[in-house]
Amino acid sequence: MSVNQSTTTGATADGVEPAWKRVADEQMRRGAFSRTLPVWGAAVVILMIMPLVFPSAVAVTIMNQMGISIVFALSYNMLLGQGGMLSFGHAVYFGLGGFLSVHVMNSVEYDGWWLPLPLLPLVGGLFGLAFAIPIGGFSTRRAGTVFAMISLGVGELVAACSIIFVAFFGGEEGVSGDRTMGPPVFGFEFLSEVEVYYLTAGVVLVAALFMYLFSRTPAGRMANAVRDNEERAEFVGYSQRYVRFVSFCASGFFAGMAGGLFAINYEILTEENLNLVTSGWVLLMAFIGGVGFFVGPIVGAIVLTLLQTVLSNHTELWQLYVGILFVLTVMYAPRGLTGLVAMHGPALRSGRLGPLVAAYGVALVPLVAFLAGAILLLEMGNVANQSVVGESEAHVFGLSLDVSTAPPWLVAAVLAVGGAYALARLAPRLRDAFGRATGAAGGAP
Amino acid sequence: MTELVIFSLLNGLVTGLLLFMLSSGLTLIFSMMGVLNFAHASFYMLGAYFAYTISTYVGFWPGLVIAPLLVGVAGALVERYGLRHVHRHGHVAELIFTFGLAFLIEEIVQFFWGKATKDYSAPEILQFPLFTLYGQNFPAYKAFMILISVGIFIGLFTVLSRSRVGLIIQAAITHPHTVSNLGHNVPLVFMGVFGVGSALAGLAGVIAGPALGTFPGMAFVLGSIVFVVIVVGGLGSLAGAFVASLLIGWLQTFAIALDWSVNDLLALLGVSFDADHALRDLWTLSLPQVAPILPYILLILILIFRPTGLMGKRET
Amino acid sequence: MAVTRRTAFAATIGLALAWSAGAEAADPIKIAFIDPLSGPFATTGESGLRSFEFAAETLVNAKGGVLDGRMFEIVPLDNKISPKESLIQLKRAISDGINYVVQGNSSGVANALTDAIEKHNKRNPDQRVLFLNYSAVDPALTNDKCNFWHFRFDANADIKMDALTDAIGERSEIKKVYIIGQDYSFGKAVAAAAVRMLAEKRPDIEIVGNELHPIGKVKDFTPYATKIKASGAQAVITGNWGADMVGLGKAIIEAGVDSPIYTYYGAHDGITATFGPLGEGIIRSVREGTLNPPTPEFKALDDAFKAKYPDNDINQPRIFNTIAMLAKAIEAAGTTDPVKVAYALEGMEYDTIMGGKVWMRPSDHQAIQDVHISVHTNKNIVVDADNSGYGLANEKTVPMAGKDSPTSCQMERPNAA
Repeated sequence: MSVNQSTTTGATADGVEPAWKRVADEQMRRGAFSRTLPVWGAAVVILMIMPLVFPSAVAVTIMNQMGISIVFALSYNMLLGQGGMLSFGHAVYFGLGGFLSVHVMNSVEYDGWWLPLPLLPLVGGLFGLAFAIPIGGFSTRRAGTVFAMISLGVGELVAACSIIFVAFFGGEEGVSGDRTMGPPVFGFEFLSEVEVYYLTAGVVLVAALFMYLFSRTPAGRMANAVRDNEERAEFVGYSQRYVRFVSFCASGFFAGMAGGLFAINYEILTEENLNLVTSGWVLLMAFIGGVGFFVGPIVGAIVLTLLQTVLSNHTELWQLYVGILFVLTVMYAPRGLTGLVAMHGPALRSGRLGPLVAAYGVALVPLVAFLAGAILLLEMGNVANQSVVGESEAHVFGLSLDVSTAPPWLVAAVLAVGGAYALARLAPRLRDAFGRATGAAGGAP
Repeated sequence: MTELVIFSLLNGLVTGLLLFMLSSGLTLIFSMMGVLNFAHASFYMLGAYFAYTISTYVGFWPGLVIAPLLVGVAGALVERYGLRHVHRHGHVAELIFTFGLAFLIEEIVQFFWGKATKDYSAPEILQFPLFTLYGQNFPAYKAFMILISVGIFIGLFTVLSRSRVGLIIQAAITHPHTVSNLGHNVPLVFMGVFGVGSALAGLAGVIAGPALGTFPGMAFVLGSIVFVVIVVGGLGSLAGAFVASLLIGWLQTFAIALDWSVNDLLALLGVSFDADHALRDLWTLSLPQVAPILPYILLILILIFRPTGLMGKRET
Repeated sequence: MAVTRRTAFAATIGLALAWSAGAEAADPIKIAFIDPLSGPFATTGESGLRSFEFAAETLVNAKGGVLDGRMFEIVPLDNKISPKESLIQLKRAISDGINYVVQGNSSGVANALTDAIEKHNKRNPDQRVLFLNYSAVDPALTNDKCNFWHFRFDANADIKMDALTDAIGERSEIKKVYIIGQDYSFGKAVAAAAVRMLAEKRPDIEIVGNELHPIGKVKDFTPYATKIKASGAQAVITGNWGADMVGLGKAIIEAGVDSPIYTYYGAHDGITATFGPLGEGIIRSVREGTLNPPTPEFKALDDAFKAKYPDNDINQPRIFNTIAMLAKAIEAAGTTDPVKVAYALEGMEYDTIMGGKVWMRPSDHQAIQDVHISVHTNKNIVVDADNSGYGLANEKTVPMAGKDSPTSCQMERPNAA
């Protein structure tokens, strides 16, 4: 993963890049904006029809949350993916942008300020920028570990301040507002969730477009160059610190914009919006999605929002699953979910995807068996460990299993072990098939 | 006042030495491998939980030895099968890996031990006030904590400066390739150091569990403070970690003991503000209120003005 | 491969046999339970959920339900104690057609919910929701932030402090009091109320310390204990809960303080077990509902509860009041229409299982009930906590505490038709 070369001191990063990675990177960098126009068009259409496909109130609420997460995760990727800056305190800009947006919302309601609601995210963005400038001023001097440490310190400080300064942050209750008090926009008062959805979708689209365009500007490209090799970039005449500072400010702006969106959707901002947990979540979203790709954080935001809102209704172990997913991603798919898909790009273009898909199809059965077995074991283990004496039923996949009897355990164990064994046996064949399909001898790492 | 000062000194010493037990392992790991281990405090938590489970079967004392060993093995396995795998992607990837690991260990602990605070307590034999001064008790267990920590400090120092292994470790910190060329198995040394560092954290957990509580959030509460300690002390410097641990221990205890507020300061200057001012929270801010964030202010100031830390030689 | 597939098939059959077909009553009245069921506060949330399910089962469903056979169904929704997640779960409840929401953990969440429900009810008059708050005690919820849709079944922080300062007022040997709490709205509300009420009731008492510490961030409470001991305090008042309560209490006692520690949340959920003999006669709790000595009805209820959930206690008796009063209001209104049920709840009087009465004060929707000061002990304990043999023994009862307490609440009432 090239993201990290800037801070590698001892051993060098993997010497030879695999072919699929080179090609994928090339695609990412090359190509004019006009070539991505169909993608943007498709995005517009999808965003338009989503509420028709999923009309329930809770689905719309979840999609709104996804929109907020998408903008937030994309802004995070401007730091980590494009600039090589690992931040543990990105929620600061999201939260501060959001808090100030709510205060502005209240000024619209009580002090008669004139501001149509769709402009509120812009206000949030400007406030995010306003905080990013001074903090970026001293924290972007170095990348890597120093930057990560400073971001952690700033994150802790601001989170602590949010409890101390009640007048501004509203203490534990937070600050709430009412989005419907502004002037109507084309007759919309934003009373219903669907109206808010279209507003959110519009902002997401505009923000994503501008973040994409930023990555194509000289500043955005230089951020990549600085990330990959600080010294080389300096030789070309760019101050690495300045390049990082610009990325940082832009990232703060878009994080604040996401905060403004949050204010519109929830009409309340609380301490949780700027604490370390939120900062950690955005790292998870961006990384699991894939920091090396523009669409990576979008994928991550969608997947993790679903895990958080849907999976958590079915199992109390959902955070354990997220943790496992994250650690596995770091270890085996450092380019994230998007990277897993992208590494098949060369095979697709060379028309050799067919045999590979067939190989995957064979592996699917043991994979499903293994996952089902492992999940059953975890869920039943949880019930056996935690539950009160009277309860011994685990509810998984719509089944009720009595964990005080042996058969469910045996079935689960057989599924997990058998699946794992079959997968291990199949692994060389899969690697082989992948290598043949992509034309690389060694195959994927 | 004397009472407050004496007890604050003692309390700060206990906190500081505990921090040192954690930061010494973290520093060792960082100096050798260049890895800032986010999950270090998670090993501390594992130590407390292992010891709790052991204590329910055979009592406190066996746990004092067995639990750190188990944590050490867990640490070595993490290094061998996790960290080493991620190492080739660079230090930022390693940092992200340990961050994920911290997240995961907290979930695993909740899976096995549940979410409630565990009733892990000090052995009966240490549950008495060692001495009473001005009517305040100083628990014997706190003295025991000091004793163990000092013992570890002396032991670590002796091993690093006198023994053959210590010399290899010191050499591997600065010249890993040379050491490797001399025929030493550097990956094995790395694994050993990571294991020993984790075991030290585990030991800290074993003795801190009864005093500070054994619950799933115990790693999160302490995690970032340990980071602050090693950065403030100077990355890679054991002596710096020692000084910074005590400094932060006393900083926090004395900040709580001293009831100074911004208001007092302003009153000294003859300024006063009314209670409805928009910045009223700033005027009423008191030292005990901000005590927990002082380390982070210190961290940011150090990183800006003295990136090598108090006693470090290399930049962060 | 074939083996795996066959095993999978066999497993499916086996699992299908284990399928439990839950008998579903026709058209139940759903009650959304929005509280933490994962994360660090899940234990508290689960314990509340069990009480709610048990209350619905024994007080309503076992008696044939309400409105000629409609049963209560508790729908658990995990909010991870986050305001944001709570609002998402509220949306989920509303899209399931649920009209009743119960919540209790964290005043921050309660504030977010009451605010969102008021807006929702205003914007969607055909889908209104009632908010039955069983535990969040921030006084603002029934004062400045009150609304018609919110009902609180616990005594609020001010009412509890009123009872607590009465108890302190009676002990003339107490001359010095130390107040310490978590640095957030509730901790501050407790401190402010303590200062105000002690000044009224016992002007001779000196407040030797009034301190806020960061919530959930203190590793070691010894420095605070040192300060408290050095101040010569003869009583300590704290609103701390969870790990902050345990840490503070242990540190104070270990420093050699043996004067009473008055708490809001110094019992149950593992806290009683942790204090054990250490807290004997020192830790006191102010709460609604007395546990020892129990009424025969409560003893029977507790026995039944313990038979089902041996590891849990009925530590929030108000949950049983909430369910019983809701059932009574639905019967009285003859409908589940939230507006009519809310009007039926207003001013309702209910005789509790614990003994004593609950009156839902119409002016601010604050339940007025007896408040008790209990001491942590193992003597004369019939209903213990955490199966530890220790429990709360009643020391003082303030009947209908805060009946005439002032409120700044001015609520808009919808048309009852």
